[in-house]
Amino acid sequence: MTDWLQIALSVLSFGVAVLALGYVVRDRSADRFLLGALGVLWVGTVVQLVYGFVALASTDRDVHAFVFVLYLLGLVAVPPLAAWWARGEPSRAGAGVVVVAGLLVPFLLLRLDTIWGGGA
Amino acid sequence: MPEATPRRSGWGRVLIAVYAVFAVAATGRSAYQLATQAGEAPFPYALSALAAVVYVAATLGLAREGEGWRRVAWVACGTELVGVLVVGTLSVADAELFPDDTVWSSFGAGYGFLPLVLPFAGLAWLWRTRVPG
Repeated sequence: MTDWLQIALSVLSFGVAVLALGYVVRDRSADRFLLGALGVLWVGTVVQLVYGFVALASTDRDVHAFVFVLYLLGLVAVPPLAAWWARGEPSRAGAGVVVVAGLLVPFLLLRLDTIWGGGA
Repeated sequence: MPEATPRRSGWGRVLIAVYAVFAVAATGRSAYQLATQAGEAPFPYALSALAAVVYVAATLGLAREGEGWRRVAWVACGTELVGVLVVGTLSVADAELFPDDTVWSSFGAGYGFLPLVLPFAGLAWLWRTRVPG
């Protein structure tokens, strides 16, 4: 399932991480713009969720469906949880939380791909 | 008595976020292993379950206020440090003990050595935010 959607989402997510890292370097807390970027990433993960469900329903492959769905749900949960956790922090550490989220999403996408390939 | 520095402000927030990820991942992994293949490799799977408990306890201990939770965090991070060092050493020395990987195998190499770095960061943060006196 390595396709344009996963690549685009990974690039977007790394972009959010780099943007957030810029905030950390310049000692800025997470503002609306950064949280907005997380929002865009979140929309992307929702698209991946729907796409993943459709792919799972229409495949004959031997995929660990339960684990696959859990990873999809986890993926969708990351951006809003990160936004919530980053918002309560007035220092640049809030942007640091967004860096973690931006790196976590591509990792989860990689795991999704592994599970799709029949791994666990 | 209010704490000198709350554990969940500043960089503690990033630390808690990373711990929370490990708590969810370790719990999920352990539940899956125990539910589907518990009999295959009891020792590593029991260790996975222990790791899950440790990460959940560390996350809560760091994130919640109060001296009781601080003590929970100390014990959890201490256990984590011992766990990753002992399991890491054993897994390198005697691979047959570990037919399946745990999060602490090979000092957490499968997770970018984060499991090895995390307890040091957690203990350092607890030390930095300790109540003076």
